[in-house]
Amino acid sequence: MKKHNKPYVEWLLTLPSLGWLTLFFIIPTIIVFAIAFKPAGVNGGIGEGWTLESIRNLAQPSYPEIIFRTIWISVVATAVCLFLSTPVAYWLALQPPQRRQWLMLLIILPFWTNFLIRIFAWKTLLHSEGWLKYALVSLGLVSPDAILLYNSGAILVVLIYTYLPFAILPIYAAAEKFDFSLIDAAHDLGASRIHAFFSIFVPGIRTGLFTALMVVLIPALGSYAIPDIVGGASSEMIGNKIAQRTFVDRNLPHASALSACLALAVLIPMMISLIGRDRRFTKKTGGKKA
Amino acid sequence: MEHFIELRDICKSYGQQAAVCNATLELKKGEVFSLLGPSGCGKTTLLRILGGFQYPDSGRVIVNGQDITDLPANKRPINTVFQNYALFPNMTVWDNIAFGLRVARMTRKEINVEVDRMLELIDMQDHARKKPGEISGGQKQRVAIARALVNKPQLLLLDEPLAALDLKLRQRMLIELDNIHDEVGITFLYVTHDQGEAMSLSDRIAVMNNGSIEQIGSPVEIYEAPGSSFVAAFIGDTNFINGQVKEKIDHDYIRIELEEFNSVLAWNDKQLNPGERVDLSIRPEKFRLFRNKPEATPYMNAVEGTVEDIIYLGAQTKYWIRVGEKLVSVQQQHGRFLLDETPITWGENVWVCWHANDGYMLQRFDEEDASMLPLPPEEDLEDDEEAQ
Repeated sequence: MKKHNKPYVEWLLTLPSLGWLTLFFIIPTIIVFAIAFKPAGVNGGIGEGWTLESIRNLAQPSYPEIIFRTIWISVVATAVCLFLSTPVAYWLALQPPQRRQWLMLLIILPFWTNFLIRIFAWKTLLHSEGWLKYALVSLGLVSPDAILLYNSGAILVVLIYTYLPFAILPIYAAAEKFDFSLIDAAHDLGASRIHAFFSIFVPGIRTGLFTALMVVLIPALGSYAIPDIVGGASSEMIGNKIAQRTFVDRNLPHASALSACLALAVLIPMMISLIGRDRRFTKKTGGKKA
Repeated sequence: MEHFIELRDICKSYGQQAAVCNATLELKKGEVFSLLGPSGCGKTTLLRILGGFQYPDSGRVIVNGQDITDLPANKRPINTVFQNYALFPNMTVWDNIAFGLRVARMTRKEINVEVDRMLELIDMQDHARKKPGEISGGQKQRVAIARALVNKPQLLLLDEPLAALDLKLRQRMLIELDNIHDEVGITFLYVTHDQGEAMSLSDRIAVMNNGSIEQIGSPVEIYEAPGSSFVAAFIGDTNFINGQVKEKIDHDYIRIELEEFNSVLAWNDKQLNPGERVDLSIRPEKFRLFRNKPEATPYMNAVEGTVEDIIYLGAQTKYWIRVGEKLVSVQQQHGRFLLDETPITWGENVWVCWHANDGYMLQRFDEEDASMLPLPPEEDLEDDEEAQ
């Protein structure tokens, strides 16, 4: 990469995006964190002074279950998305360019329909009178009295459905740059196609996998609409709780405390992995110079 | 003798485009065999078919008497050195070399011994722990060779292995490849578009063009006795002289009536009869240049012409001599101290002489192949003058 001699040029170029992020991301996040330490107002507003009320409230006995459920649903959805996307990306990258464009169009086609409408469509599909249920029953895969809707399973299926394209895109972007002669080389050296896939392809696209992980896991942890529509009372996620605190209880500090918790749960592991990556990177280049 | 590796009537096409057509090759055990041809001639397709990365539409691949046409790459006793090396970037040099042995489930002890032996062969013991991104192009090349050879293949395929290296390194690697071949004695199939590499390394060469094999022979045979105008023009420089047999002089020699200039004598190794068409290829270095008409000697040809262009190259000089309509390319070695002589210069009248044996009759002639031959640098000179 070309390095600018004048440092202010670099600053000038970074300024717009930095300003945007500060205004619409960093400042709102700080406000959310701050509200968590405020008392709740009587009319749903924010009271005067500072208190640890909302933080103490996080110890509520109903929360651990919700947090645990949020985490396992998100992690499983992410894992399934990555697991399904990687072979798709591999296959896509090997298609002739013309066909690849059509396939990419098919993958982003769902985005043309509103997100909420697609979730409601799933509600019809999974409904006890819906044709998906009917098809599964007639195939003998589920019992006629099974309930497919309003549980964690339904949330999981719709989460995977929603975030699969988001997982495919970054993995495909990495796979497209992957040097497939490495697969030939592994095959040439006696490795089966499966072995070559796992020992050469998967490590080769790990940056894409990491991006996909972030892109799926973070929104999945914060999902609200999906569990609200296809989930039930026994399958609440943190997002629903935050919404409930905001709109039903009109207790913004409680909602903020929960949001802050979620934000930290995402930010801390991300920071650690980024710092780790940075350190490995500088170590490598440092070693080269020496 | 049963041939060690055989490709029988291989055909392969991509859609409507035939990449390889009726290719038949036989490799002897332990030889270095080159597939030489311009890009797009089908040589890489043949290599990929041998390696098992592509399957032929028809034809068989036989190694050591065993038909392996339908075996996938990982089941073949063949390893490949890829054009861009294809070293695994996430593994060290050591792990790259050990890859094949690990896949073959050899014991840790055996792997250690074999990998260390290979590292010694390529002289890379000090770089075993480095990643491919941290070593030079020539070193990558050597690792790629070691990674293939460690599996003790029956045949090593090399796909333009030196194409990515600079000239000096290429020459050094060529010698190194030769040394490695002497050491391991495995059959090498070397794919290249560079005639110099093929000539210096190979025991035998197959010259390919447009998906078919034009000629198979030793480097000397290919150079001195090209089967077709394509082979003659692709390898080295040459002059094409086309004419008709006028008369038989004796049992071995004929007189040819040329389209472009005088009648000349040629050795009649194709046993042509008067009236038949002749296509001769005469290499530029076979000619001798004289200021005065040399004394006639038996079976010597002498034609008169004017020097049109000269390129002085140090050890030798290239001349283009206008003989009638024809521009003849002549190369002369300087055996004597050139400054003591009066060198032949532009516009001079000279005699171009050659022995009737020094031309070679082509089996096949295609007018288009003449376009591959280098032309005098006339236009460049004009540009230079304009610039000044």
